[in-house]
Amino acid sequence: MGNQLNISPSPHIHGKETTEKLMYGVVLALMPAFFASVYFFGTGAIIVTATAVVSCMTFEYLIQRYILRKPISVTDGSALVTGLLLALNLPSNIPVLMIVIGSLVAIGVAKMTFGGLGNNPFNPALVGRVFMLISFPVQMTTWPVASGFKTGYTDAVTGATPLAIIKEGLKNGESLSQLMEKIPTTFSMIIGNMGGSIGEVSALALLIGLIYLLYKKIITWHIPVSVIGSLGAFTAVMWIINPDSYASPVFHILAGGVLLGAIFMATDYVTSPMNPKAMIIYGCGIGILTAIIRIWGAYPEGVSFAILIMNAFVPLMNTYIKPKRFGEEVKHG
Amino acid sequence: MNQFKNFTKGFIKENPILVLVLGTCPTLATTSSSLNGLGMGIATTFVLIGSNSVISLLSNVIPDKVRIPAFVVIIASFVTIVDLLMQAYVPGLYDKLGIFIPLIVVNCIVLGRAEAYASKNSVWSSFIDGFGMGLGFTMALGILGAFREIVGSGSIFGYKFIPGDGILVFILAPGAFIALGYLIAIVNKIKKP
Repeated sequence: MGNQLNISPSPHIHGKETTEKLMYGVVLALMPAFFASVYFFGTGAIIVTATAVVSCMTFEYLIQRYILRKPISVTDGSALVTGLLLALNLPSNIPVLMIVIGSLVAIGVAKMTFGGLGNNPFNPALVGRVFMLISFPVQMTTWPVASGFKTGYTDAVTGATPLAIIKEGLKNGESLSQLMEKIPTTFSMIIGNMGGSIGEVSALALLIGLIYLLYKKIITWHIPVSVIGSLGAFTAVMWIINPDSYASPVFHILAGGVLLGAIFMATDYVTSPMNPKAMIIYGCGIGILTAIIRIWGAYPEGVSFAILIMNAFVPLMNTYIKPKRFGEEVKHG
Repeated sequence: MNQFKNFTKGFIKENPILVLVLGTCPTLATTSSSLNGLGMGIATTFVLIGSNSVISLLSNVIPDKVRIPAFVVIIASFVTIVDLLMQAYVPGLYDKLGIFIPLIVVNCIVLGRAEAYASKNSVWSSFIDGFGMGLGFTMALGILGAFREIVGSGSIFGYKFIPGDGILVFILAPGAFIALGYLIAIVNKIKKP
């Protein structure tokens, strides 16, 4: 190849970004959340993460090698990111076989069926997670309580997430002020001392990841800010109307998987829109759908469903919301 | 076309579910277990054979402009027969399939074969066509039902061989779509090597 005269159309200046570089950047940004999860959930978090990452990469290799017979791209880091994100969305005491099944669905059904990286319309890790949530409802909603580093895997004390406490309590007719005493304080929700899936609990660790991603220019601010902003605005309106039955926006932003979803899942390159205007519409859609599912839906948490629903609209947005080309005339009347 | 080919074309080559993708509504709804799938398949096969034969017999008498209502009346009579028979002899299965038995009247496969085949061909060919198509439909429903039952609840024909819950999503609608999609993919692979 080196000796060939290459003739190619412009642009001739290339960026230095490669898939590997971006993916390993995301992995690095996820590390604070991972370490926080190890701190709060102990070896369970390590076992879940290792299983998910190893099985995602194994399935990617096996499918590319034996079914698709394509060049093997398992080292590009995308399977690693999928595995890591899937793991961070799981409780720390889930049976290992279920993680393997979830990984098979994430890689096999959500990614490879559509043709591999770059062709999947839905975020693979989220498809795996939602598949597991519907398939194994008991195991997926039994959350170990965060209680400092521990080594047991299945014998942990379990409890509900703050969102589930609110949902159940309101259904049973308790008032919000009574329920607020049962949920963790705002401070422990920021550092992550609450029940939940291993990666979503620590807001602080996720925000460190966000700052790193923004600093490295791996993502832009549009999606995370519009998701969190629209969720905050929607729940704030509900809260102002009736503070007795709707939780405060601060609670909604810190509880559950909003930060993890907004920073790492919604911003997935393949499944998010390409230009800023569409990104903001997409982000607001996710935020508002999440609030609607949380307040009126059957599930206590709705971030993953909201992101998957908005993923389905991304091709439409990419078609109809395009930036104005340089020098293009704006037609009036 | 000889009669043997006519009979077997419904199995793979023109399988109503997996190639023509007709009648997906009953397919997705009734295949939550292998028994339901097979029961639905057999009921539809009976209606297909009956309606195909009678429509082909009457094709010269039915005026062209009102053929669809006429077809529907004929199909509905056979569906009523199946409906009453199942209610009398297999009440358990009848309760499980519920609304989907009367809905065979509007099943695209039955109407599709009547319009595309039976109204233009001889009685014997139409009988064979209906029988083959019905078996192809039953086969697809049986495979789909068996897969969903094995994976979804760890049992086959109601006999449980894996303790505990299966992968619940396969009993629900999303699992039906996923399983049907992969079955169609496999058939495409077999058809075009």
